[in-house]
Amino acid sequence: MTRSNMWIFILKRLVQGIFTVWFIATATFFAMHNVPGDPLLNDRATTEAIRANLQAKYGLDKPVTTQYVIYLGNLVRGDLGISFTQENREVNDIIRDHFPVSAILGILAVIFAAAGGVLWGALTAIYRNRWPDYVIMFLVILGISVPSFVVAAISQLLLVNVNDLFGTTVLPVAGWGTVLHMLVPAMVLGLGTMAYLTRLMRSSMLEIVSSDFVRTAKAKGVPPARIFAKHQLRNAILPVITVLGPSIAAITTGGFVVELVFAIPGLGRYFVQAVQQLDYTVIMGTTVFYGAFLVFMVIVVDVLYGFIDPRVRME
Amino acid sequence: MAVTDTPIDSEESFARSAGKQLAIYALYALVLLASLIYVFSLVAGRTGSGTSGGAVDVANNSVTTTLRQEPPQLDAGRSTDASSFVVLAHVMEGLLAYDDNMQLIPGMAERWEVREDGATFWIRDEALWSNGDSVTAHDFEFAWKRVVDPDTASEYAFILYPILNAEAITQGELPKEMLGVQAVDDQTLEVQFAQPTPYFDKLVAFNTYLPLQQEFYESTDGRYGADAEYMIYNGPYVVEEWIHGASMLWRKNPTYWGDHKGFLDEINAAYITTDINAKLNLFKDGQIAETQLLAPMLPEAMEKRWQIDRVMDGTVFFLEFNHREGRITDNWHFRRAMQLAQSSDELVYKVLKEAAYLPAVSLFPVWIQGLNDIFRTEYPPIEHKLNVQLAREHLEMARQELGLEEFPPIVFLTGDTPISILSSEYYQELYKQNLGLEIRIDVQNFKQRLAKMTSGEFDVVVAGWGPDYDDPLTFGDFFASWNLNNRGRYNSPEMDAQVRIAQAELDPKKRLDAFGEIQRIVYEDVTLIPMYERGWAFVVDPRLKGFKRRSVGPEVDFNFAYIEEVED
Repeated sequence: MTRSNMWIFILKRLVQGIFTVWFIATATFFAMHNVPGDPLLNDRATTEAIRANLQAKYGLDKPVTTQYVIYLGNLVRGDLGISFTQENREVNDIIRDHFPVSAILGILAVIFAAAGGVLWGALTAIYRNRWPDYVIMFLVILGISVPSFVVAAISQLLLVNVNDLFGTTVLPVAGWGTVLHMLVPAMVLGLGTMAYLTRLMRSSMLEIVSSDFVRTAKAKGVPPARIFAKHQLRNAILPVITVLGPSIAAITTGGFVVELVFAIPGLGRYFVQAVQQLDYTVIMGTTVFYGAFLVFMVIVVDVLYGFIDPRVRME
Repeated sequence: MAVTDTPIDSEESFARSAGKQLAIYALYALVLLASLIYVFSLVAGRTGSGTSGGAVDVANNSVTTTLRQEPPQLDAGRSTDASSFVVLAHVMEGLLAYDDNMQLIPGMAERWEVREDGATFWIRDEALWSNGDSVTAHDFEFAWKRVVDPDTASEYAFILYPILNAEAITQGELPKEMLGVQAVDDQTLEVQFAQPTPYFDKLVAFNTYLPLQQEFYESTDGRYGADAEYMIYNGPYVVEEWIHGASMLWRKNPTYWGDHKGFLDEINAAYITTDINAKLNLFKDGQIAETQLLAPMLPEAMEKRWQIDRVMDGTVFFLEFNHREGRITDNWHFRRAMQLAQSSDELVYKVLKEAAYLPAVSLFPVWIQGLNDIFRTEYPPIEHKLNVQLAREHLEMARQELGLEEFPPIVFLTGDTPISILSSEYYQELYKQNLGLEIRIDVQNFKQRLAKMTSGEFDVVVAGWGPDYDDPLTFGDFFASWNLNNRGRYNSPEMDAQVRIAQAELDPKKRLDAFGEIQRIVYEDVTLIPMYERGWAFVVDPRLKGFKRRSVGPEVDFNFAYIEEVED
């Protein structure tokens, strides 16, 4: 009963998800075609003949509605087209080459953020209104309000100084490829989310500390460690799980600045460059891909929720 | 039921045991994180920049550097961006090339002859592609015909227009076989001109004129230049490895004919980033061999006693007027008023404050060569003096000529880079104070600014122009009425006449006189207002010698670079 319910639930969410992705694709397509500017213009002016050939090559010579139909057809077949600016690369290749990098960085950042957020959040709740609480909450405010490009630049400078101090490369300043390359960028990327999760965790803990079932457990004489782990932490962590899905998507797609500063070959850079360059196919491809990714993560979280909180499964 | 001996209402003890539990969880998380990072690093190793031997690796005779962006593709016939030009300058060679002092030297051609009606190039026997095949005249004929083919849609096709029929072919009016270039035999390339082109030797050193082997090109099935394995090379280096978006490795090309270039075994472009701060950090950490320095970085660089060098990057920035009929800026008195009310010295020294920038005084930048000396030494630009009084008089004359009660706001179209916005705001204040004019700044991104420039939706646009080849004409023909880059549609028979002389005159002195005239017309007719010439301060690892940054051609040049150990 509950199992078949679960499948129906997943199926429903998937169908909703497909509609959402279609909507994102459509909205992006028309928004993009209405953004002022001409993707085929470049520094050096070209003749009408060359321009016409470029238009034909990218199918821009057809009416927008026809382009839309062709685009949707290709999208269903999984063909995202060829990049305008990287003329010999398919958008599929760009995503395949660079998304894993963003994903690794993003997942690492999220784990870092989630582990840190739960840890610090729980700690501040336990030591509410005492000095660990004040110190951590001060850092949290800092973490939320300082933009990531500042944090990235400062931490890179710090790396240079650390390396200088030890007279050898302790941690690489930029680049990609080994464990050591990932640590600092992932921390920088996850910092904002960690701060946010810390606050979320703290308030969620405080609410549960004063709830009836915790008081009952205490009255029953349940050992404090068990109360903390089973009654408090497990309940308080639910809101954190809820925002984790969107956070993964947001972090994975929002790494542009960190990727730039640390010279990391992720997809974020391509996404931002594409918008600046009006690279239609890459804009469409990455937006739809990111959109689908976000929708997928939300579904995963909904399903995950059922496992963690028995109350959700009952409904 | 187990009874704990601690009172249940004790906050202190609860906190302690909860904290212990939390510490255990944290330990679990740490172990999980460590193992995850390990797994990720195995995956990432396949997409990364790999190991690098630091800025200068004496033992392996290699250097590490950066690229400003991922080359979109390395098909020379279609490349348009600075990054691709840098790579191509190291892995390919044209008929002619430049030495380390920007003098033309033989490349693939061991001899050449430029005549009034055409040119002949004799290609050297020992010129080889990296696959061992000979580089022949046919490779040039094939490459050039492909560039002008409208199906190729090369944005740089215009640079082949001096060749007979090139323009008509790009317009689709003639078949590409009609292009005035022919391989007489494997060694001899004959070119016919559309009109006399005395600077043709300089043109063939440009990227769009690079050769392409037909057989190899066809074997790539339209993917030529997309990846390292879809290319063959005839320059001093080859692209050994190209990890998109991450890094590129160039290795010495064993089949390269000469021994005057390519002294390094390996050049590792290990980082792709535009972030100058990140590059400086990499340099400080000993990871890259050279980097640019912005003004705020100079004090630290001097403190560290780095050897700081500077170079003009070749580009001239200027206020370009909209000369279309009906525009206020079509009025000469109005333009003259704007010219007289400003001075580029103030812009550069008091506003932009970039040490390596120069106030621009002409359409022609400071480094352009003349006959025997620097062009601007031989043909000094008219000296400009700020004269607000005279400017106001001209403004009044403009107002009367245009029959206006009051001037409407002047639309200043500008790009979205910090420096163009800063400049625009400076002019906004300046013209308000000096002339009482209201400037409306229209900030647009790159593509939209170009769109508005092309359609003429501006009065003044903050624009710039960089050189393609080392001849004054690369700037000199900018304001010809037929030049599509003349987006302000300046149209003057006097200018056109001088550009025609500059293009076709065979006597070098008379040809340079024409450029002198163009320089004068640009000032007197106020075709534009020069702003600044962009330059860079940069620092190079002391062990790396012969490295160049250039005003024209590749912005960074390792062709003549070699390593020399420094005694401490």
